[in-house]
Amino acid sequence: MEDVRLIEVKEEIMADNVKVAAEVRERLRKTKTMLLNLMSSPGSGKTSLILQTVANLKDSLRLGVIEADIDSKVDAEKVAARGIPAIQLRTGGFCHLDATMVTQGIDALAVSDLDLVIIENVGNLVCPAEFDTGAHKNVMILSVPEGDDKPLKYPLMFSICDLLLINKIDYLSLSDFDMPALRKRVLVLNPRIVILEVSCKTGSGIEGWVNWLKREVEDFKGLK
Amino acid sequence: MHELPITESILKIVLKHAEMNSVSRVMAIHLQIGKLSDLEDEWIQRYFDYLSKGTMAEGAKLKIERMPIMVQCNVCSTSYEAEAAKLGELICPSCGQKDGTLLSGREYYIKDMEVQ
Repeated sequence: MEDVRLIEVKEEIMADNVKVAAEVRERLRKTKTMLLNLMSSPGSGKTSLILQTVANLKDSLRLGVIEADIDSKVDAEKVAARGIPAIQLRTGGFCHLDATMVTQGIDALAVSDLDLVIIENVGNLVCPAEFDTGAHKNVMILSVPEGDDKPLKYPLMFSICDLLLINKIDYLSLSDFDMPALRKRVLVLNPRIVILEVSCKTGSGIEGWVNWLKREVEDFKGLK
Repeated sequence: MHELPITESILKIVLKHAEMNSVSRVMAIHLQIGKLSDLEDEWIQRYFDYLSKGTMAEGAKLKIERMPIMVQCNVCSTSYEAEAAKLGELICPSCGQKDGTLLSGREYYIKDMEVQ
């Protein structure tokens, strides 16, 4: 019988996705199109935030949206109804988007005419955190009814985002959500993260989000 | 759910190295995965057993080493290990400060493999 020997492998498991993600980022850098990956649990307000963003920015930025759902076109139809190009990717049971799926999305949008493309990732705090989509910025939404303990349960998601939006702050008075405790838990995982409090329903705080987004797109395009 | 595409990646890398090294059979694969990852060891092995059927890696055992979540104290720079569920209640073992910064715990790495 042959002897057992040890071979060094020393490879990142996600190397293929990381490579495709880098290609996506580079391709969009050339067309000066910023790609933003929006992640959250189901029902925390991704589509509502996109609709608020479209309402506030459609006159100043050329926007496009890539919607990802396991099997439905509902979200893309809502966005397209506002006159914004929207592509629906059906992930066919997959719980996240990877960079190859995002490539299909940007192939289908005329990205060279767009300033900002927002990916609405699959509603899930686990899997999307593991896969680089090729986005230039990662944003997540945590809504007040979900609770302030989510950074303890899904630490990876909080650790990879550039901005955290705490949505549904109109529910704060009805809940025991501890905002200072939440902020502290998040900042340990990610000291550079920007945290904004909003309500997509009442419009409270949306101006701060829109200003952040405008500034990021301007920085990305090298206008400032 | 995302164990499946990750397992596909593991198998692809393993088979590439098996071919490069003229291996006849892969016995075991040593993975290093950070404790911040939600992967279930049992499911990675089950998917691997399914995907590797008929390849050189069929029957290989995945040996998963969970890499610790390391935090650095924001005050005295001491590095220490933390549990995922206790990241909100950090206390530096050296100076007692409660503020820290995440250093590691997100690894996804194939270290080596035992082959014949």
